[in-house]
This record gives sequence, structure tokens and C-alpha cells, in this order.
Amino acid sequence: MSPREPIMMLLSPAEGEVARQMEICNACRYCEGFCAVFPAMTRRLDFVKADVNYLANLCHNCGACYHACQYAPPHEFAVNVPKAMAMVRRETYVEYAWPAAFGGLYKRNGTTLAVALAAGLALLLLLAVLTTGSLVREPLAGNFYAVFPHNLMASMFGAVFAFAVVALGIGVTRFWRDVSPGEITAVATAEATKNVLALRYLGGGHGDGCNEADDAFTLARRRFHHLTFYGFMLCFASTCVATLYHYLLGLHAPYALTSLPVVLGTFGGIGLIVGPAGLLWLNVQRDPAAGDVAQRPMDRGFIALLLLVSITGIGLLAWRDSGTMPILLAVHLGVVMALFATLPYGKFAHGIFRSAALLKWSIEKRLPDRLKLGSD
Amino acid sequence: MVDVLVIGGGNAALCAALMAREAGASVQMLESSPREWRGGNSPHTRNIRCMHDAPQDVLVDAYTEEEYWQDLLQVTGGLTNEHLARIAIRASSTCRPWMVKHGVRFQPPLSGTLHVARTNAFFMGGGKALVNAYYRSAEHLGVQVRYDTPVDSLELKGGKFIAAYSGDRRFEAKACVVASGGFESNREWLREAWGQVDGAWVADNFLIRGTRFNMGVLIKYLMDQGADMISDPLQAHMVAIDARAPLYDGGICTRIDCVSLGIVVNAKAERFYDEGEDFWPKRYAIWGRLVAQQPQQIAYSIIDAKSVGRFMPPVFPGVRADTLAELATATGLDAAVFERTVAAFNVACRPGTFDHTIFDDCCTDGLAPAKTHWARPIDTPPYYSYAVRPGVTFTYLGVKTDETSAVFFNGAASPNLFAAGETMAGNVLGKGYTAGVGMAIGTAFGRIAGTQAVRVALGASAAGTFARGAEHVAA
Repeated sequence: MSPREPIMMLLSPAEGEVARQMEICNACRYCEGFCAVFPAMTRRLDFVKADVNYLANLCHNCGACYHACQYAPPHEFAVNVPKAMAMVRRETYVEYAWPAAFGGLYKRNGTTLAVALAAGLALLLLLAVLTTGSLVREPLAGNFYAVFPHNLMASMFGAVFAFAVVALGIGVTRFWRDVSPGEITAVATAEATKNVLALRYLGGGHGDGCNEADDAFTLARRRFHHLTFYGFMLCFASTCVATLYHYLLGLHAPYALTSLPVVLGTFGGIGLIVGPAGLLWLNVQRDPAAGDVAQRPMDRGFIALLLLVSITGIGLLAWRDSGTMPILLAVHLGVVMALFATLPYGKFAHGIFRSAALLKWSIEKRLPDRLKLGSD
Repeated sequence: MVDVLVIGGGNAALCAALMAREAGASVQMLESSPREWRGGNSPHTRNIRCMHDAPQDVLVDAYTEEEYWQDLLQVTGGLTNEHLARIAIRASSTCRPWMVKHGVRFQPPLSGTLHVARTNAFFMGGGKALVNAYYRSAEHLGVQVRYDTPVDSLELKGGKFIAAYSGDRRFEAKACVVASGGFESNREWLREAWGQVDGAWVADNFLIRGTRFNMGVLIKYLMDQGADMISDPLQAHMVAIDARAPLYDGGICTRIDCVSLGIVVNAKAERFYDEGEDFWPKRYAIWGRLVAQQPQQIAYSIIDAKSVGRFMPPVFPGVRADTLAELATATGLDAAVFERTVAAFNVACRPGTFDHTIFDDCCTDGLAPAKTHWARPIDTPPYYSYAVRPGVTFTYLGVKTDETSAVFFNGAASPNLFAAGETMAGNVLGKGYTAGVGMAIGTAFGRIAGTQAVRVALGASAAGTFARGAEHVAA
């Protein structure tokens, strides 16, 4: 019946649902001011696989369009853009995962994270026993390298982290090619970077924020996400600075409480406790209708892992001079190992794919619109 | 007993409730629908037509009182009360800060709406976002909102409001605002109003673009109680919409915006009106009525490949064919007549420079009815057809009122019963429509009605508040 049917057949059910909803939204457009999804939609008349995956990753799941929708359930059109987009996003992660066989890890993400955590803890505790002979011993005055030699730690974590970077890099490169963007320009890159770093689209267009439990707007999610992201970056910076100290300056840990690595790590750790705790709280509160509840294990698993990283990190700092340091160190590093190993197979992927989608939008919006609907 | 009872749950009702509550009255709102369908037709709106003498945030240029009034005069053909119309127009220039205070957010005009960029302020997220914001503010301020509470009758004593009834539940108040919409959802009433043609009920082929809850119960009740009425049951905002639209709540996305780009034929495969008379945003509101006057209340908008991508995409795909004969057959039209109609149109098209953004020189010559602009031969396959039916947005029959928005009985104003929104919009809008004017009337008279109700309910102590409210409205 519909001339669009041959296209629809190439889409998965979740992608077909987004295409169906986008055709309704494209005829309405009331939500154009909320975010980039709708202006990007108006540049299209048909929604093929690449478009659907692009739009889905452009969506920040803020919920504004769901609450504002005159066609949301119980309306027979049953439009629920945040939910439809969320379901496609997970398919994006699965389909673009590298190696492809690991894509399935997104589908059973609770299990994935649990196994990774158990393996990480077991590995590091075992290593601690192997290197030191015992987990409980006299205080080592915060000398972590007495438990794990520096080169061992650096090579282990460096390798896992490098793998994560490569795996995500290959995935997002494939995604980028499929959505066929234009040429990357400096101005588009600058804008996209700002949109990513400022989480512009968690502001709801008007700057009042996004929705959680109901149709009221709040900036809580943006703020907790900032604490999480920048907390993570501070922790990462702490590690980088410590590495430079070690190799370039010959300054070896333990560092003083007032030293740059410890200060960065402490502030980062606090951000990485408050931020994920807040995000978890919001996640529990969020209206289950505006999103894909099946992905909550993935969301909460990642948040829990971040919380474990920060809590064990702060704990390690607090008791680094005590006899329990080897256990605390092994546990902290085990959690970090689980986090690093699952970066390409969990919620972390959203940041990579969304950043790519935002860059595409910043490029695309500067290209001439081939449609001439504006005449009326 | 509460001070002010507001019957209804859409924009005008919310404006009345918020104004009354802000002025210190205890306020109860009775919304007939369940919570998920709250707001009447307001969730389907998207902007408010605003007077402005200079650029204002999202509004460019200027739109003076006089120009606004002339636009209204033109679309209503003079069926308007100038005094009330000018009150609504002036109020539209000052109401937006108040709207923003209660959580409404504005945005630059949406894509495809350049023609109203100067005159209309768009709600970010549309009317449902506005309704949500007003309900949040109302609940925050302590307005008691009751859903699932359709009022079926009032207790009146010589024109004075005593109480409202929903089934056997009785709601007393010192003053009452009726803002419970028109009667567009009432199929029986529409049938009765439009009558039969060739033994079939005309209104049975109508679709309702908005809520299913505007049954006109209180309009009928007040009419039976001898309230002075305005307009007539045939007057309504009617748009030609996709014939496949749902019976209720199809809203904006069911409109078909390619009329001015092609031709429109009726069930006999014949043209019946100038498709290029004016820009589509100025004409969409007459086509519902035009289609209602055609056999079986149906028409078909026909375009060719040249027009694809030049109009707002319809929600349902059109019937598509590679030849005109196939298109006619697939559409259910007589192929021979259809081909003749298109051939006659194509031959009549004068050469010109097509430009959809201006009144171009593409018109027909020697064709009746003529197409006066944007006429290009239908000759490039694939061809598309979209079946359209009359889509009723809201009806204009309502209670007669004055600048205090009081309900009148035999020429005498009720001391404490007021009306707002669709229930009285017919005073300003006797016929026709222009985008965003419904929200302008609803907002202005909703706020006036709320202010007046407080004045009555709280007596002289609220006089100061009233003066301030009136100043808001009249400034």
C-alpha cells in the first residue's frame, strides 16, 4: 500500500517504529525547539536505517517531547519518541560493536558487568596474593608499588584501556560512515564539542532542563551528569599527571595529600560519588513510560560501577597507610579493570555515539536544505 | 464552599483559575476528561496571535492593533464585536510575560510557518506543553483540580449562579466561570445542525480535529435556561484534513498542505474552487467548509512530482500512480472524467514563473473555476492524491457576553456567572478563522473572567486586585 514499504522492510522493528513516529512528528513539528532531533528530522521526508540510527543517537532522552506530545498514549498514534529512540540506540551499540561477536554483551548487560566485576576483583586479588604472598600485612606507608609493581599496573591497565579505545573507535567510525555526514569543519567541530561538554540538550531548549518523574523540568540530570563526567575526567587527569611524574620527573608515589595527583583524584572522586549517586536517584524516579525500562540494568550497572570506582578510590586514599591497603588497592583496581574492560560494551558507549551524532548535526545544519517547505 | 468554580480544563479555564487564585480566591476546577486527556482542544494548539508595535523576543517586526483588527474583520466578514475584539487584541500584546511566569515558554516560529512568524508567538513544545505548565502552576498555587468531572447542569437563581452538578455531586461557589468548550465532539448536535443531503447526514462525514470531550452540555443547558446566545451552530473552524485521520484528536498532523500546489477535485472528479486564491495559511481554514459542501463531503488534493518536498509532509502517504488514469482508479474516481478535468486545467495554465513564496503569475486562463496563482500543469509522474474530509476544530455557537465576560439572560448580566474560551469565542469570531486567534481570545477572556469572578467572590476587598487585573488586560 505505502510506497515506503520497501524501505520499511530493511528496518528492524525498533527502527521501523522510529520511522513511523518520525513521519507523524514531521507532520506536526511542535517539538522543534526542544533539541536537535526534530530540526534534523525536518530535513528529511523518508527515514532509512542510517537516518534512524543517527536521530536515535542525537536524542538525549530528556523526555520533553513525550510530555508535550498530543499524540502520546493513550492517543492511537502512540507516539513516544524517547522510548522508540532508546530502543534503537541499543541496537546501534550492538550492531556497531567491535568485535561484532561482543555486540550481544549490550543485550545482557547486567550479566556482562557482573562477570566483568567478578573477574576483575578475582584477578587483582589473586595478583596481590601472588606478588606479596598475603593480603594482610604490616602497613606499607601508601606504597602501592610494593603490592603491584608500577610497570605491571601500567601495562595491564594500559592494554585494557587501549583495547577499549580501539573497539569504540572502530565502532564509531563505522557509524560515522553509515550516517554519511558532510565534511568536518572547524566551526562545526567547535559547536559540537561545546554541545557535548555543556550537555546543551539536557536543557530542554528553554534552559529549564529535562523531565524526570513528571512533566516538570529540572536541571538535576545535567548537573549530576556534569559531576560524573568531569569527576571522571579529573580522576583520569590525576592518573595522567601521576604517570608524567613517574616517568618524566622521576617522582614516585605515594604522593602527598596536597600533591596535584591526589588533589585531582580527590575532587574527581567526590564528583564521581555525588554525580552517579544523583543519576541513580534520578534513574529510579524517572517516569518509566518515557524511555526503555529494559535498559535500566545497563544504565544502573554502569552507574554502580562508577560509584564503586570512586568509593573504593576514596577508601584507598583514606586507608592507604593501614594494613588493609593491599586489599583496598586490589579491590579498587579490580573495579577499575571491570570498568575499563566494559567501556566498549556498556552505557559508556552512549557518550561516543552521541558525540558523533552531534557532530554530524553541527555539520548538517550548515548545509543547504534540499527541501523547500519553508515557503509556506 | 469555594470562592470561584471554573468549569473546564483548557487554556481559558486555566487562565481564569490562575488569575482567580493569584488574586487570593480559593479555586476549584472541574475538568470533564481524565487526566491524560486534559486540556480540551488546547493541547492541539501551537501559537497565539499577538499584537506588537515593535519586535518582541520571538516576534519580528510589528503587528499593530489596526492590522490585527483588519485581519479579524476580513476573516469574520464583519461577524465580530469590535469592542470585544479590540480587548482581546490589546490583551494579546501584554499577556505573554504572565504566561511565561506560569511556565509557558516561547520559541521562534517552526519550520514551514514563515507566514505567521510576524504575527504569532509559538509555544515551545506546542499547546500540551502550555497546558502542562499551567496545570503545574495551578497545582503549585493550590488550585483544586478534579478530573473525570463533567458538569451536566447548573443551579441558577434568577441568573445568579448557586452550584454546579456533575451527576449527583454538587459544587457550590460564590462565582463561576464556564470555559468548557464548544460542542464539536457532539455528533448528534452536528448532525442536527448540518442536516441531510440526499438522505445522508452531512456531519457523519466530518472528523473532529480535537478533543472528544467538548459535548456542549453547558452551552445547551444555558441556551435552555434562556441565556443570550451568539453565532449559530453551523459556524466552526473547519479545515480540510486527511480522510484517514482518526475520528477525534487528529490535531495538526492530519492537515493536507498541498492544495495550493495542485488541484482539488470532488467525488465527481471535477474542480470546484480556486486552489491558488491566497497563501495556504490564509486559506486552510475555508477548505473544510468547501469540502463539506461537496457531494459525500469528500475531495481529493492532486499533485505531481514537481510538488514533492515543497509542502509540509502529510502524516499518511498519498495514493501514488504513474499515470493519471491509474491515479483516478486507485483513488476511486472516474478515470475518464478525471483525465478530462486535468487536461482542461493543464491547457488553461498560462506560462509563468512559478514561485510559491509570492503571488506569482502562474494562473489559468478561461477556466472555471480559475486557479489564480501557482497553477502549473499536472504532468510529471508520479502523481499523488490525498483524500480530504471536513475536520472540525471548534464550533462558534456560544453565550453572548460583554467586556466583563458575564453571561447574559434576557439582556441582563449575571452577577456571578462568566464565560471564557470557545464557550464565548463566537462573540469575536462569528465565522472564519485566522491562526492563533482562538488562543488570543481564550487567554484574554479567560483572564478577564477569572478576575471578574474574584471581584464578585471576594467583594470590595478584591477591588484593588480587580483594578490591577483589568489594567493587565486593557493595557
